[in-house]
Amino acid sequence: MSRSPVRDFVVGLFVLAGLAAIAYLSINVGGLSYNGPGGLTLYASFDQTGGLKPRAPVVISGVKVGQIAGIELGTDYRARATLDLDAKLALPTDTTASIQTAGLLGDRYVALQLGGEEKTLKSGDEISFTESAVILERLIGKLVHNAPGPNDTTE
Amino acid sequence: MSASSATESPHVELSHVRMAFGTREVLRDLSCRFPRDRISVILGGSGTGKSTLLRTVGGLVRPQSGSVMVDGEDITKLSESDLYRVRKKLGMMFQQGALLDSLTVFDNLAFPLREHTRLDRRAIADAVHVCVEAVGLQNVDGLLPGQLSGGMVKRVALARAIIGEPVILLCDEPFSGLDPISARRIESLLIDINKNRGVTLIVVSHSIPSTMRMADHVVVLLSDGVVEGSPADLQQSTDPRIIAFLSDGADPSVTAPDDLPGTTARGAIPARAERAAAPK
Amino acid sequence: MRAIQDLGFAVLRFVVDLGALTVFTLQVIRATLVPPWRFRLFVDELFKLGVLSLVIICVCGLAVGMVLGLQGYNTLVRFGAAESLGAVVGLTLVRELGPVLTALLTTGRAGSATAAEIGTMVATEQLDGLRMMSVDPIDLVVTPKALAMIAVLPLLSALFIVCGLAGGYLVGVGLMGLDGGNYLASLQSAVDFRDDILGSLLKALIFGVLIGLIATYRGYHAAPTSAGVSAATTSTVVVTSVSILIFDYFVTALWGV
Repeated sequence: MSRSPVRDFVVGLFVLAGLAAIAYLSINVGGLSYNGPGGLTLYASFDQTGGLKPRAPVVISGVKVGQIAGIELGTDYRARATLDLDAKLALPTDTTASIQTAGLLGDRYVALQLGGEEKTLKSGDEISFTESAVILERLIGKLVHNAPGPNDTTE
Repeated sequence: MSASSATESPHVELSHVRMAFGTREVLRDLSCRFPRDRISVILGGSGTGKSTLLRTVGGLVRPQSGSVMVDGEDITKLSESDLYRVRKKLGMMFQQGALLDSLTVFDNLAFPLREHTRLDRRAIADAVHVCVEAVGLQNVDGLLPGQLSGGMVKRVALARAIIGEPVILLCDEPFSGLDPISARRIESLLIDINKNRGVTLIVVSHSIPSTMRMADHVVVLLSDGVVEGSPADLQQSTDPRIIAFLSDGADPSVTAPDDLPGTTARGAIPARAERAAAPK
Repeated sequence: MRAIQDLGFAVLRFVVDLGALTVFTLQVIRATLVPPWRFRLFVDELFKLGVLSLVIICVCGLAVGMVLGLQGYNTLVRFGAAESLGAVVGLTLVRELGPVLTALLTTGRAGSATAAEIGTMVATEQLDGLRMMSVDPIDLVVTPKALAMIAVLPLLSALFIVCGLAGGYLVGVGLMGLDGGNYLASLQSAVDFRDDILGSLLKALIFGVLIGLIATYRGYHAAPTSAGVSAATTSTVVVTSVSILIFDYFVTALWGV
């Protein structure tokens, strides 16, 4: 049990390396961040979420600006998503939220397209313009049958 | 058979102890006593339970029935943590030394002091060196147990057993595996520890001659019982079992401390050759 | 008839063994909470169990990552989804291969060494020697080793995963020509801290507990012969490996809920 300071140093390095690996995985890969809810909370209702999940990213021009905090069924039986966004964003009141797919097999996410209005959305506001998710099967069904889609609210 | 010192209460006393491992009964209704401040030797053929008896006194095994009084306390009734308290009065010298093989000799000897006392580094180093010299060694501090010879291991083990200043010293076959000179050295060390430090000794031994030389009290474990007495008592005994034991009870596979060089140590003519040639 | 008796006996023995393991675990917990605390020995064990396992963990991590990269690429490219390679490699490593393979490798290397070391101490009466010096072998020998194993496994698992990700990157981007940015982006979007990383670390922690307790238990209760030590070592590897895989299922099932 020789008390070697070199050994202790090596053990210290090992522990640091391990903790660094854990930190890298948590923050860079897993997306852990220590700021709380972004600050700007908006709501958007969709006819079809197409599998949009909580914690899915919200992007503007391809850059992540927040995430979906939750999705629930609204009083109008549409899907109401809560968007948790960066507080510094200034979004015009005619901003559009659309559900997109990342790649062919990818996950759903929400993309925001800015409008032109002067006034900006405040925390708690509703995004009026939304585009629901495209369901692949219906699209193919339309092509195949070359007929209008089903009579209830369409995509 | 009379006990050697009937005047004072024994330091260690066993009463009707039964020790069995599963279905194998090793000690059956055993009662014996070990007098205070004396050297007691446990004799017996192989497999009669000598080591088990010693381990029972140390509390390493717990008997199924009976009592084991150590310095007035029945250790069979104690919990493990209480046992640790009692063991601080004991020292044990194991047959293979049982030194911690990852520590140097110095660290091995310092270990009990570091664990249980608040002595500073200088005091510990002094105590270690005193004990090392007491067992006749020098310049062994930095060696690992694996680098020591058999005799040196035993001596370090003995040093470790006494460094905590025990009242009772238990020795499991301290002479086994040693050459005659080393064995004699250990024998005189043990006698010295008893006389000069006033430590009660309980020694398990295979060797009748050294027992007769050093013991004040002998406990002989026979296959059908136990016989106690002083060496003189045993030599004058008319008990046929004792006579048989003394004449050829010494285990021929172990070197006795006074085997002459030239006598084959293993399997040769045992006690008879010793007694005929014993130089006194 | 005899077979049924044997089965009953085996089940009974298993239950008794489990009970003994539980008692042992409680003793270790008590030794952890009650002073004296053996920090020095704990650090020594971190070295023996952790640092000395680094090479095997990192090399295997890299190798596994490279294989995943290769296999993943070959499969995904058929669906035109090769940009998701980062996600595939990352999720496989983080959720399963990282903690499980790290645990199995560590069992073989450090777990068996621990069982053998303690078993040898039993055989050479060193543990009895400690008891006679009023030192609890569970406090001095067992607990530092067990605690070090628990601490080491999440660290090694994370390092394994990072090396694996690097291996996947080497194959996917370096060899197959995928875009590096895509690899990392798909990795980041697919792996979530709460679902995946936290679950991965939890698994590694649980596996560390399994290895730490079983290896020390087997060594501590080894028969004091060389055959006994050998039996303790092999049974450590076997029992621990099986337990890891079984617990893996349960943790995966429960954590995903």
